[in-house]
Amino acid sequence: MAVATKKPSVLSKSALAKVDQIIARHKDQPGPLLPVLHALQAEFKYLPEEALVRVAIGLDIPLSKIYGVASFYTLFNLRPKAEHVIRACESAPCHVRGAKEVIEALENALGVKVGEDTRDGRFTLELSSCIGVCGVAPAIMIDDEVFGNLTPDMVPGILARFN
Amino acid sequence: MEFYRSHVLVCAGTNCSLKGNRAVREALVQEVARRKLDREVKVVETGCFGLCEQGPTIVIYPEGVLYCQTTVADIPEIVETHLLKGRLVQRLLYKEPVATKPVQTAPELDYFKRQVRVVLRNCGLINPEVVEEYLAQGGYQALGKALTTMSPDEVIATIKNAKLRGRGGAGFPTGLKWEFARKAAGSRKYIVGNADEGEPGTFKDRLILEGDPHSVLEGMAIAGYAVGADYGYIYIRGEYTLSIKRLKLAIEQARKLGLLGRDIFGSGFDFDVEIRTGAGAYVCGEETALFESLEGGRGEPRVKPPYPTDAGLFGQPTSINNVETLANVAPIISRGADWFRSLGTERTPGTKVFTLTGDIVNEGLIEVPMGITLREVIYDIGGGTKDGKTFKMAQTGGTSGGCLPQELLDVPMDYDNLAAAGSALGSGALLIMDDTHCIVDVAKCFARFFEHESCGKCVPCREGTMRLYQLVDKITRGEADEGTIPLITALAEMMYKSPLCPLGQTAPLPIMSTLKYFRDEYDAHINEKRCPTGTCKAIAARVQVAD
Amino acid sequence: MDMVTLTIDGRKVQVAKGATILEAAKAAGISIPTLCHHPDQAVKAVCRVCIVEIQGQRTFQAACAYPAGEGMVVKTNTPAVREARKLIVELILSRHPQDCLKCEKNLHCELQELAENLGIRDVRFEQEVREFAEDHSTPSIVRDPSKCILCRRCVYTCHEVQGVGVLYPINRGKDAIVAPAMDKDLADLACALCGQCTLVCPTGAITERDDTAKVWAAIADPQKHVVVQTAPATRATLGEEMGLPAGTLVTGKLVAALRRLGFDRVFDTDFTADLTILEEGSELIERVKTGGKLPLITSCSPGWIKFIEHYYPDLLPHLSTCKSPQQMFGALAKTYYAEKAGINPKDIFVVSIMPCTAKKFEGQRPEMNDSGYQDVDVVLTSRELGRMMRQAGLDFEHLPEEDYDLPLGISTGAAAIFGATGGVMEAALRTAYELLTGKTLEDVDFKAVRGMESIKEAAVPVDGLNVKVAVAHGLNNARKLMDKLAAGQADYHFIEIMCCPGGCIGGGGQPFGTNNAIRGKRIDAIYREDQRMEFRKSHENPVIKQLYAEYLGRPLGEKSHHLLHTHYTPRSKY
Repeated sequence: MAVATKKPSVLSKSALAKVDQIIARHKDQPGPLLPVLHALQAEFKYLPEEALVRVAIGLDIPLSKIYGVASFYTLFNLRPKAEHVIRACESAPCHVRGAKEVIEALENALGVKVGEDTRDGRFTLELSSCIGVCGVAPAIMIDDEVFGNLTPDMVPGILARFN
Repeated sequence: MEFYRSHVLVCAGTNCSLKGNRAVREALVQEVARRKLDREVKVVETGCFGLCEQGPTIVIYPEGVLYCQTTVADIPEIVETHLLKGRLVQRLLYKEPVATKPVQTAPELDYFKRQVRVVLRNCGLINPEVVEEYLAQGGYQALGKALTTMSPDEVIATIKNAKLRGRGGAGFPTGLKWEFARKAAGSRKYIVGNADEGEPGTFKDRLILEGDPHSVLEGMAIAGYAVGADYGYIYIRGEYTLSIKRLKLAIEQARKLGLLGRDIFGSGFDFDVEIRTGAGAYVCGEETALFESLEGGRGEPRVKPPYPTDAGLFGQPTSINNVETLANVAPIISRGADWFRSLGTERTPGTKVFTLTGDIVNEGLIEVPMGITLREVIYDIGGGTKDGKTFKMAQTGGTSGGCLPQELLDVPMDYDNLAAAGSALGSGALLIMDDTHCIVDVAKCFARFFEHESCGKCVPCREGTMRLYQLVDKITRGEADEGTIPLITALAEMMYKSPLCPLGQTAPLPIMSTLKYFRDEYDAHINEKRCPTGTCKAIAARVQVAD
Repeated sequence: MDMVTLTIDGRKVQVAKGATILEAAKAAGISIPTLCHHPDQAVKAVCRVCIVEIQGQRTFQAACAYPAGEGMVVKTNTPAVREARKLIVELILSRHPQDCLKCEKNLHCELQELAENLGIRDVRFEQEVREFAEDHSTPSIVRDPSKCILCRRCVYTCHEVQGVGVLYPINRGKDAIVAPAMDKDLADLACALCGQCTLVCPTGAITERDDTAKVWAAIADPQKHVVVQTAPATRATLGEEMGLPAGTLVTGKLVAALRRLGFDRVFDTDFTADLTILEEGSELIERVKTGGKLPLITSCSPGWIKFIEHYYPDLLPHLSTCKSPQQMFGALAKTYYAEKAGINPKDIFVVSIMPCTAKKFEGQRPEMNDSGYQDVDVVLTSRELGRMMRQAGLDFEHLPEEDYDLPLGISTGAAAIFGATGGVMEAALRTAYELLTGKTLEDVDFKAVRGMESIKEAAVPVDGLNVKVAVAHGLNNARKLMDKLAAGQADYHFIEIMCCPGGCIGGGGQPFGTNNAIRGKRIDAIYREDQRMEFRKSHENPVIKQLYAEYLGRPLGEKSHHLLHTHYTPRSKY
């Protein structure tokens, strides 16, 4: 009679099996939640609600807390993002070296404002506090790749590599 | 071991990799093979060399010649001229900013002359992915010495004698921290390596971990022995993919060699290390927030006391140390406290790794004795401001540090002197700005950072950082009035003393220091609705509309 | 005990080691303002209103969290501290709606009181109130996140006290807010609707749903015969709601007040509490004798029922099938009473005065219509009734003491103690002992099951059987017992569970300001009520005897089964 969830499944059977594997892999380590969320994001590129519910049950942590944790960190996506996520740094070292102009060039090239997805779903443009490569400021990250020492005129060329 | 007549070291740090070091390395390997030199010349990938601005850099040993800004096209010439014919490739040598003649070898550079490399002892010299190279430099001998010839109390006494202070920013005496954790009661104790380097302008921990990961592991194991901890975690930024990869490899290597794991050096001491990655929250660099995050929670700082040495990770006594602090440990154990105290200043011995960013010629990583002046760092090592522009200010300690003007260039760089100047040594970030930058615009950038990174737990920081940003933003738009600065000042004074953790407490520092040293520039924005550098576009637009 | 001596505002104070500066200051007669602090909760230290200066420290420290130390010199009232506190509260106010006069918490709001105490007359920051959708999805609780000041008291209560955990801080920095996962409505969550969050919220961010208008309308409707029932715990708290000291018993004044408000009949839920004991006691005896599902668990507390349906659906067969006293009353009011009084049940409007927000949900359960109508029409909390009394201008303190109407107003001391944790157990034991042994129980006080201890256990020899019982209050304690039960480690015969700490006297619909110290005073009042009653055993209630004789037949009989018993619905956790 135990009723775990009431909703029909959105994720495929194999996806759910992946979620369960991830939970099983980390369940017994101390403080398993962040490793599980990292692994889920690596798998799905965001944190599907249904997966979080399974994590809540699997790790016996209230869903509210899991959501509270997931929404705290900027690297966790609670909604699907575009194919490529651009994280432009606008902290002081990048700012001083002209990050603003680079970000404007990105906005112009993509036709979106910071925080938006391109209409074709290829790029999400976000601001980041610091990506830790200040030696090559201004810098951006596209997915896991870092681009540094940028000038606005380099932007179209970089974006072209992802098309 | 095979014998090679030449070793060609190619930097594989993140910064050089952005500039195409991989292609350069591959081209080198191919060219060396094509010239049938591959039995005489070995191409090695190393960690960061520090001179990021000049990357990709190549150093050829035994002569130690440094080539800068190399490209794939340069490779045939380097191989033919240098490795085959034994002559220098003049055009690729480093040129001092105030150029006299090109500099051949790394130690000759002004950039390196003033540096003392303790923490960065192996960075750029060894292949960080090969544990044997670390061992060949004397690696893990300090751990062996500690485990087999010293008691934990003796280890702590040595670190205390060395007066090593935490390099993460707070400057707390490391030996004392270990002693507290050792004496605290707990069912299990932990060592945590804090690699959640989030301070904008700081990337030293990344380059240490990329260039010499074993130095940090060795420091953690010694700390574990001293404290009585059998387990350690390294909490590292999620963005540091290369560091994570090298650290993982290093842990596996150390385990295989019995340098981590059970009964290390037959001493009965067990110690192992696990990596945990952060997920994008600056505040997790604060030690108790880091514990919360590692335990699976929101990275929100805890109330202190209890302090981490009494109740830290999982509620157990924990010594949490910065990566750079940990990398200092093995040399101190090997060479003794007296040697360490011979470096730096009386109150703060040793060296400090700084990361130079902004309008400075030699952007990158340096290690200098504590107490060196700001002027020496900027001009003697950093090569001065870019493009010969006029120096305006330097922000020390990262975005939570203060901004120092020309008049304070002779301040000695250590915890106490910088604090007295209204700034901080912090993580060793050094951001140089020339006079083309508007102070209010930069202050807004700092304020936005804190607004974005405040965890939101306590009122003064959550609401205060938001309001600080809004108020400074108003000034840049020409919307401020005579009440704005008094309100900023009141807010900053409250925030300096009231928030739960150092993030909120230091958030007003950069604003307070810019107000102190560059008040006239604020006044121009407010009273004359004018941005002296022309940076603030909104104020100009507003004035035009008003006209 | 280790003591430390410190100086606060020039006065030497000695306190036990480990005491906070806030506690030490209190001992010295110095009241430091607080906001997120709650006496029953772990330290949060997030509002920073209680900051003080400690000599030798660069920063202020939160008095609620910082331990008093030997030789410490503390100043609580310097210009810098006052200015910082003011700024902090201004920061909160600048993002808080300025609709205080219309707010449900007006005059009960701790933020309002704090602003007044600090003398705030101006807010130096621009008003910037965040807009959120209000949550009206449940019949019990209304959330208005725009009024949330992120003190996290509700989070502590929801997770640590009630073990429910549907509220948590989400997002970060200036975007942080306390909310359910995915910002869902409470109706879509495994929320017990206990309303404990409404008790601890310092502002109007979480309140009960106000149903007073429906009751005023019914009273004004000449077609309607409006009867009201009062829950056992309300006689110990309505006085407090009307400004009398905590723990004042106001049974007679409450009856008088309800008459003056215009209710046609003033009845008592205590009557059906006695009836519950007859039915539930018989159920226990039957389960023991026939080898039925044991332990039997009480079913009076609707927050507890919703909790077990969500979190332990496998254990539902342990629940007594008895409806709660409120619902037994509703079913009888529109059948037995309607017949006796010769009133068409469709014209009868049943109002309950309850200590509880979950009762509002219980009243609306689809299965609660065995009379052929919705058995209970409107449930008001103690706080809502207080509001009606104030609207009517009643001078509560000077009202005369009046008696309940007949027949559904007669009760025993056993019913009165339903309002306190352990009360149902004690009442059941009083009756079960006499029914099983046929002997008179001389000492009716089962003190082992009384009091605020989290889980109480007792063994009572009854007619050769050692009856093992357990009592838990607060859902986190209930959870511990249920985990034990699920693991097969609970060999009790009978378990009483009350959703709220202290039982119904600490219910989520009780006066604002409820804390454990106040709960203790209310419990004392409840046992005083028991002491002064003529009958103290439910089966001695003469009207109950009459009810069985002329209408129901016998406990667990066919009519009882139809009107007084119910079934439960397994629900999902997510």
